[in-house]
Amino acid sequence: MSKSENIRIPVSQQALIVEKPIDITAIGGTVTIQINEKKVSVPFGTTILDACKENQIHIPTLCHHPDLCIAGVCRICVVEVEGLRTLQTSCSFPVTSPIKIHTSTEKVRKARRHIIDLLLSEHYGECYSCFRNENCELQSLAKEYGVDGYSFGHILEPKYKVDKSSAAVIRDMNKCILCKRCVRTCIDLQEVGVLEAIKRGHDTHVGTFLDKPLADVICINCGQCINRCPTAALRANDPSDEIWNAIDDPKKHVVIQTAPSPRAAIGEEFGIEPGHSFTGELNTALRRIGFDKVFDTNFTADLTIMEEGTELIRRLKKVVVEKDSSVKLPQFTSCSPGWIKFIEHFYPEYLDYLSSAKSPQQMFGAVIKTFYAKESKIDPADIITVALMPCAAKKFECNRPEMNASGFKDVDYGLTTREMAKMIREAGIHLPEMPKSNFDEPFGNASGAGLIFGATGGVMEAALRTVYELVTGREVPFENLRIEPCRGFEGIKQAYIKLDNCVESYNFLEGVELKFIVAHGTANAKKVMEMLQRGELRDVHFVEIMACPGGCLGGGGQPIPTSEEIRRKRAQAIYEEEEGLPVRKSHENVHIKYIYENFLTDGPCGELSHKLLHTHYTKRGKYIS
Amino acid sequence: METTLKTSKKRTGPVLFSNYQQADGIKKAIELGRENILLELKNSGLKGRGGAGFSTATKWMLSAAANAEKKFIVCNADEGEPGTFKDRVLLLEYPELVFDGMVIAGFTIGAKKGIVYLRGEYEYMLPSLEGFLNKMKEENLLGKNILEKEGFDFDINIRLGSGAYVCGEETALIESLEGYRGEPRNRPPFPVNTGYLGYPTVVNNVETLASIPHIIYKGGEWFKKNGTDKSKGSKLFSVSGDCGKPGVYELQWGTKISELLEIVEAKNCKAVQVGGASGVCLPKSQFNRSLAYEDAATGGSIIIFDESRNMLKILKNFMEFFVEESCGQCTPCRVGNTKLLEGVDNIGKGEYTFSYINNLKELGKTMQAASKCGLGQSSPNSFISILDNFKEEIFYSNRKGIKNVKE
Amino acid sequence: MLVVEKNNLSYEIERMVKEYGSDRQSLLQILQAIQKKYKHISDFAQQEIARLMNIHPVEVYSVISFYSFLSTEPKGRNIVRLCKTIACDMAGKDAVETAVKRELGISFGETTNDQRISLEYTNCLGMCDEGPAMLINEKVYTHLDPEMAVNILNEIK
Ligand SMILES: Cc1cc2nc3c(=O)[nH]c(=O)nc-3n(C[C@H](O)[C@H](O)[C@H](O)COP(=O)(O)O)c2cc1C
Ligand code: SF4
Ligand code: SF4
Ligand code: SF4
Ligand code: SF4
Ligand code: FES
Ligand code: FES
Repeated sequence: MSKSENIRIPVSQQALIVEKPIDITAIGGTVTIQINEKKVSVPFGTTILDACKENQIHIPTLCHHPDLCIAGVCRICVVEVEGLRTLQTSCSFPVTSPIKIHTSTEKVRKARRHIIDLLLSEHYGECYSCFRNENCELQSLAKEYGVDGYSFGHILEPKYKVDKSSAAVIRDMNKCILCKRCVRTCIDLQEVGVLEAIKRGHDTHVGTFLDKPLADVICINCGQCINRCPTAALRANDPSDEIWNAIDDPKKHVVIQTAPSPRAAIGEEFGIEPGHSFTGELNTALRRIGFDKVFDTNFTADLTIMEEGTELIRRLKKVVVEKDSSVKLPQFTSCSPGWIKFIEHFYPEYLDYLSSAKSPQQMFGAVIKTFYAKESKIDPADIITVALMPCAAKKFECNRPEMNASGFKDVDYGLTTREMAKMIREAGIHLPEMPKSNFDEPFGNASGAGLIFGATGGVMEAALRTVYELVTGREVPFENLRIEPCRGFEGIKQAYIKLDNCVESYNFLEGVELKFIVAHGTANAKKVMEMLQRGELRDVHFVEIMACPGGCLGGGGQPIPTSEEIRRKRAQAIYEEEEGLPVRKSHENVHIKYIYENFLTDGPCGELSHKLLHTHYTKRGKYIS
Repeated sequence: METTLKTSKKRTGPVLFSNYQQADGIKKAIELGRENILLELKNSGLKGRGGAGFSTATKWMLSAAANAEKKFIVCNADEGEPGTFKDRVLLLEYPELVFDGMVIAGFTIGAKKGIVYLRGEYEYMLPSLEGFLNKMKEENLLGKNILEKEGFDFDINIRLGSGAYVCGEETALIESLEGYRGEPRNRPPFPVNTGYLGYPTVVNNVETLASIPHIIYKGGEWFKKNGTDKSKGSKLFSVSGDCGKPGVYELQWGTKISELLEIVEAKNCKAVQVGGASGVCLPKSQFNRSLAYEDAATGGSIIIFDESRNMLKILKNFMEFFVEESCGQCTPCRVGNTKLLEGVDNIGKGEYTFSYINNLKELGKTMQAASKCGLGQSSPNSFISILDNFKEEIFYSNRKGIKNVKE
Repeated sequence: MLVVEKNNLSYEIERMVKEYGSDRQSLLQILQAIQKKYKHISDFAQQEIARLMNIHPVEVYSVISFYSFLSTEPKGRNIVRLCKTIACDMAGKDAVETAVKRELGISFGETTNDQRISLEYTNCLGMCDEGPAMLINEKVYTHLDPEMAVNILNEIK
């Protein structure tokens, strides 16, 4: 997602507007500056931080984040600029004249050391009992600057109560360093607006509306704030202890499903460069940990495509043939629980536009505790279903009261990539060293269509592959099934595909241009909803929305850190893996055929599907009492 | 007693309190034209009276040169520095100076709108100030085609603050005007380019603006005759604390502290705080210093302490002020001030080592260098100067005979 | 809060948003106006403002909590703010403070039972030459001594 165009930025934090000199060609649009002893040329307006990075000079940062606008509040990135009385923050200072910069003078080092000392003096927490141990920006800075004691004392009592109200996000403000990255994430990047700085002076803290518990405000559980928090002040609600208990309990049959995005990112937790999938290795590791069965969420992703695709065609039919004006188009995807909560809060009057299909995670839970339980003759009461997800909102989703179609809680625990990595480490396993193995039957090999759900545009691409073929009897007309208009990280993508020479049963769709929109990040979702409100989506049929920037691969449960570059690499890993798969269309997945023939016998969107695989939504609204 | 909005007492002084007839400055300004106004201003050497001391002519030139569809003049009437009240006197007794100054500023840089950011504590002035503005409108000193000059449009609005000292900082003030928390912005860009709502904005102190009509009407040369080489003109000093005649005085820049003490009838004076809580505290040995940008600089606050005062308690009062009034966004200031206050408490309890004290002073220097705005950059001033200048009393004396500020 | 009251408040806020404009730069003025009239800005009012100005409620709360003169908790009909900064402190603020507390039977930060007076501290009021000074609502009182301060407080309704 490109930050310049898609983020609403309060004036205070807007990117610096720098007036270009009249004749920019005279200096070639670049400025020659001196960093330490080195003369370098940089484009006009580059920040000192970027200029230094380009030239391999490391400057520490805390409040700076590549996804977010500039804050300039932590002050750790200060440098000396000749001629200026005070130190300047390199993250916010644009180069507009031939300045001389010193990045490591005594004054600078002392200031940075002081700032770390100050942050630590107020930081209530112990690294060895902290989930960010060894992956914490504050801790690394303390190490980098050789802090070996508290120069200005140390807080002995926690100042804030830890907020554990949310099913997804835990807030421990005692570890907060007030970098406001979460605030900028929630307000600017996601446009949800849950967090802000409250009070002033020494009482300043990050809080919610009226400092209410997170569960009582309009948080959509996307967890994006966690991914950008430099410390452990924000973390996901970790169910791993309960999962360990279930694994240790011989009576329980513990089943795990793994989503594609965690597999494409979990290597990062083990020191591997972003961009490598560890699907096979993970399967082995999970079995060694003690999961009884390891399934692939892609199976229900395929199932989702069948259900959601069928629903779309039905809606189209009602609109095109029956002219039924009560049917809403475009149909919006429903697999991102953060997006679901977003629309429930912000656009409750538009819930009819949502596909009623459950997310793959929830479909899987329902299928396991019914179909799988029956087939393998296990009492569903003894089955514990765990979902390995890239997502924090999945934790909330599986706890929704309506998610018990099987008669039990369909999915018992949503586990994030980070938490999974921790469990694997705890079991003494180094993931990259594991031999590869396959998923368990009966849901064995899923199609590649399910795999690409992990990237923004993936659901759309998978759906088009199936819908187009169902309707026309031909493969989508894209080389190697790569539907390029669905791919890439542009905030909102819009395209259409023409349905012609339709097979007989679908000839009511002859000549229809199937228009679709793909958006990721709720800030973009908001834009799409505003378009809908203005009536600009009348000729659009299908909209895919993912709450997180980049789609699931940028989910709130994914390894920290995150940046567009990292997200791109994860996407690349997913697309590469999918091209190597034998089956790449949901409807060609043999297990899908099997389940419709033997269990969901009245077909997609049939009665049993409706009971197990579809859901309804709640009008939540924004008002907080 | 409820303060009366007194206008009866006639003040006298070399510049600001000299004679001025409303509108004279505006008329002269129209006569001179923009360029000549800027030249006159440059010649006068006027520097900002709000504390930072930036050349007013330069500020105006930069925003006059900026190309934008809208520009704004903001009068900074947030006067919140402890011990400062000269702007109150100007607004109550000399509103014509301040408002004429704004009109001239608008004319010069091409702004059509002026905003007075009046601190919430001064809300009681609102009726009289608004009445005054209405009168100016009736006299065509505000509104469209001012004094029949085609295209010379200017209006003034008064906006209230809501009790936050930091909003006196010009970029925090702009944030506050825009409806946000009063958190200072990153600089660059500067308000002269990117100010209120992103438009070029000149923020000037009340006293700076009040000097303008005099300078324009009577000339930069006349103005420059007052003051010193580097500090031209005169200055209003707000004098409070232990003295016989507290109040506002217009004195020449360059006046010695000892001379001022005499004028205000201060006796047994031990220390003088120059520049308010963000300023420095000077001991007797430095009373021969002169009040000027190049020596003891100040936005005008002079607080006098006599021999009976406990310097540590005074310092504590200052540090409490900063801990509360910091906007809280940047680390050095938010946490640093707390640490300095803790230090003062520890000294009071006798729980300190000198290396700890030195650490704190070093921290103070970091705050001066690395804080985002002037608040954090100047809040350690009192800490460092009081601990340095009153070592004897704070660390070595047995405190006999020293009366506590708080019992 | 009663439904009727809520509606009245809604109308009032709508009127103010119309008067001042729904742009962000009107926020502080609207908050000040509501504070003045209702002596606090209730959670309902905050959300109404947020809705009408198309911003997030937490932003409204964040702004309120920044400024000393705005509050989310109900205050008394009269807000008394005693200056505690250096010049007033030296001029005898402590004695005034003690007398006032004793007379009203409440501490600073509290409101009398009859909702008549809330006591608060404030920083420098710009009346340092006439200290000790205090504000009662928007009026300023100076040269206070304990007796005088108490008399003034007893007179307000
Ligand atoms: C914390 C802080 C408070 C300030 N308060 C005021 C103030 O109350 N009035 C004022 O005129 N300037 C104040 N200033 C200075 C302004 O930022 C700014 O420099 C000034 O308004 C510019 O006007 P001048 O050039 O006319 O002095 C303050 C600065 C800081 C850092
Ligand atoms: S947040 Fe970071 S510094 Fe704090 S306890 Fe955890 S690892 Fe240590
Ligand atoms: S989880 Fe998402 S919505 Fe909730 S506070 Fe974090 S960023 Fe905001
Ligand atoms: S919670 Fe985390 S991201 Fe938010 S301000 Fe605190 S440290 Fe920064
Ligand atoms: S120095 Fe203090 S007042 Fe200024 S920005 Fe930093 S925290 Fe805010
Ligand atoms: S990284 Fe530059 S101020 Fe925080
Ligand atoms: S110190 Fe009380 S009014 Fe200034």
